[in-house]
Amino acid sequence: MEMPKPDAAVLARRVELIGALRRIVPGEGVIVDADELRAYESDGVMAYRQMPLVVVLPSTTEQVSEVLRFCHEAGVKVVPRGAGTSLSGGALPLADGVLLGMSKFNRILEIDWEDRCVRVQPGVTNLGITTAVAHRGFYYAPDPSSQIACTIGGNVAENSGGVHCLKYGLTTNNVLGVEMVLMNGEVVRLGGKHLDSEGYDLLAAVTGSEGLLGVVTEVTVRILPKPETARALLLGFPTVEGGGQCVAEIIAAGIIPGGMEMMDRPAIHAAEDFVHAGYPLDVDGLLIVELDGPEAEVDHLIAEVERIARGCGATYARVSSSEEERLTFWAGRKSAFPAVGQIGPDYLCMDGTIPRKELPRVLRAMTEMSQRHGLRVANVFHAGDGNLHPLILYDANRPGEIEKAEAFGADILKLCVDVGGVLTGEHGVGVEKRDLMPYQFQPEDLTHQQRLKCAFDPDGLLNPGKVFPQLHRCAEMGRLHVHRGQIPFPDIPRF
Amino acid sequence: MTSVQTPAQDGAPTGPSVLKPATEAQAHEVLRWAVAEEQPVELVGGGTKRAIGRPVQAAHRLDFSGLRGISLYEPEELVLSAAAGTPLAEIEATLAARRQQLAFEPADPGPLFGRPAGTQTLGGVVSANLSGPRRIKAGAARDHVLGCRAVSGHGELFKAGGRVVKNVTGYDLPKLFTGAWGTLVALTEVTLKVLPAPEHERTLLLLGLDDAAAIQALSSALCSPHEVAGAAHLPAAMAAGIPGAAEQGAAVTAIRLEGFAPSVAYRAGLLEKALGGKAATAALEGGASAAFWRAVRDVAPFVARPERAVWRISVAPRRGPAVLGELAARLGAEGYYDWGGGLIWLGTDPAGDAGAAAVRAAVGGEGHATLLRAPEAVRTAVPVFHPQAPALAALSARVKQTYDPRDILNPGRMTAGI
Repeated sequence: MEMPKPDAAVLARRVELIGALRRIVPGEGVIVDADELRAYESDGVMAYRQMPLVVVLPSTTEQVSEVLRFCHEAGVKVVPRGAGTSLSGGALPLADGVLLGMSKFNRILEIDWEDRCVRVQPGVTNLGITTAVAHRGFYYAPDPSSQIACTIGGNVAENSGGVHCLKYGLTTNNVLGVEMVLMNGEVVRLGGKHLDSEGYDLLAAVTGSEGLLGVVTEVTVRILPKPETARALLLGFPTVEGGGQCVAEIIAAGIIPGGMEMMDRPAIHAAEDFVHAGYPLDVDGLLIVELDGPEAEVDHLIAEVERIARGCGATYARVSSSEEERLTFWAGRKSAFPAVGQIGPDYLCMDGTIPRKELPRVLRAMTEMSQRHGLRVANVFHAGDGNLHPLILYDANRPGEIEKAEAFGADILKLCVDVGGVLTGEHGVGVEKRDLMPYQFQPEDLTHQQRLKCAFDPDGLLNPGKVFPQLHRCAEMGRLHVHRGQIPFPDIPRF
Repeated sequence: MTSVQTPAQDGAPTGPSVLKPATEAQAHEVLRWAVAEEQPVELVGGGTKRAIGRPVQAAHRLDFSGLRGISLYEPEELVLSAAAGTPLAEIEATLAARRQQLAFEPADPGPLFGRPAGTQTLGGVVSANLSGPRRIKAGAARDHVLGCRAVSGHGELFKAGGRVVKNVTGYDLPKLFTGAWGTLVALTEVTLKVLPAPEHERTLLLLGLDDAAAIQALSSALCSPHEVAGAAHLPAAMAAGIPGAAEQGAAVTAIRLEGFAPSVAYRAGLLEKALGGKAATAALEGGASAAFWRAVRDVAPFVARPERAVWRISVAPRRGPAVLGELAARLGAEGYYDWGGGLIWLGTDPAGDAGAAAVRAAVGGEGHATLLRAPEAVRTAVPVFHPQAPALAALSARVKQTYDPRDILNPGRMTAGI
């Protein structure tokens, strides 16, 4: 994995740049000391590390605007960062770049109960929004597993998901508006408390753009009334295929569960050892199905899902009889990553999405790859929407093993693309999957994505080296490649 | 591919030529030529929305209605792909046969523009981001667009997005192209998320409420955990044209519940108990409920008032009554609310600016108003889409420039430059 070569001229101007940044963000808001900078050298992907040129922690939109305008004019790169929980290296610093930390934007600005939305600064945590509105029976729906730490600004950048996406959508479906600063320092507002866009839906383009288009300084999200009740089923199958069949039949019956998660045998055992959730150990596939809504509906659907599961060969079925039991069902799934961390010194977490019906084929191929690469793999799976999280176990202390794990991971992601899926469902491309982009997209597909960047940041100063394996100059992509003088449509009459 | 020419007298300048590709490759070929020769084209599907937006001045019309067919439908995967020219009616019938639907409930704009119902295409629906009453619960058209194939103003055919719901691989271009009115790319194929159709529906009606009390009641319903899937209010004069509401002879505030029958009955009971104290109530079941919401969706009150210019206004829901109240007083306008008060369908006198100055002043910077139906002269003189702040307008213009640098695709449809 290579990052853009640092600009020696910028490195040479470090002292001067720091002085200018200090004039914009006074006091402790500019960090230059190596010991303090180290806290920012990586995000959730610890394998990638890089010390930034300098860290700037602005506290107002005006400061963000001035910092960006200054960097734009000085030709200095900027990497935005929220809580730094990215699982794809989206906030990995650049040696010649300013790391723009948004942690001081941590206030909830307005809770509008009547219009069912909340206006917050981007450094507020995902869970912080739900916590602020829970006392009146509301919550914010997307719930990535890092929700205690990850910020809403980072969620917008990554279009974060969670276990409830199938029914309630991703970040993009729950954000109503943002205030955003462009690389040239201009401030734009997209959306608001009203629905839909008056012109181009730039909010949709910005959500999930991994910090390449602008720096979000305010976010308006919709909040939902908490469902009256939620109950979960734990369903065990002798084969993962049986579980996959059950998922398909639940959806075919017109049921959209609040959550539907699957684990394979290695993941079940790791989770059970770790939290003792009471999972059955004699099954190859374990499905957690959560139904939420009005009590009358949940009771009706629990029975319906159990009937479908039996028909698909479930050998184990347990319905949560209390809130405590429901949370126990989830405890194992939610701690699957650390649980797997217990059985192998290190693990790589992959994030492909596949059409659900391809699950048996993908799992069989993964077993074969596991043998070929000589590394173990455990699978947790957002079964409802086909998002796989294979956890590849390796030992970083053994020479060459990280490379083996990365090669195994790349094979899995390519397989996801081969069966009609995608490289990343919710963790983002970042630097981690950047070089695989040409496997999913043709050159003209990628060019059309990069052309969007030209409208927002034509000089490519914002978070370069992420998402796209090759940086093209906007002038080059803007040039039309046309051949004039051909006789068009020889097969149709001319007038 | 077929190509026809608008009839022209000898010696007279010719009208627009109409090109009707039968395949994606032919559509690509035409657009490559248009780009090379700098020939602007108007993109047309079923033609139901040709009278929306600023009039497009183009020498050529590219008719996508020959590009049709569902290429992929996997009900258990909740996904469907179809060519852009596929009639929406065909898609809806295909889904209905498997008890599924497009949850964003696209309106049929045909009748509002004096055209037949049931003729719009998938490409048109997506390009206009048309979403109906269920938008408040299920999201807009853009929330259901997973992927697309398209030809840009560079004359290049490309794909974006995918066929799975969870996908953050690169920018979400399909959503950007949704609602772009064909000014960024020409869509050739669209992949949509589809959802199970509800087994049952019931609409609770509250009768005789004034606008402010009605929107407050809708807000209470939407703040409840009862999963409201439609929240509209029609003042008495507007209700008169709506099946199921006309019979009530009063203002009608409507709350739709959908789902499994026992769940609908349970939630309806709780909502009636919570809100029934404020007004007399009635209920519409099944087909009667569906007919009511179809009329709300398709703007039936203004289909029946062809003399009115029609505005579509989106604001924060609780601002609804103040905005409509002000415009009723200033312009003699009339209208009704959907989306819990957040969507106002407003009818004005089409003379002059059709009320544009007053409408835009009432909406201000927090929301937007689109002049959906008005005579061509008004749509030429008055900004049809809500004017944007300068930095945002400049950014939008750069987005247009990056995808259609020669201004070939539906030039001027949205603003003078877009």
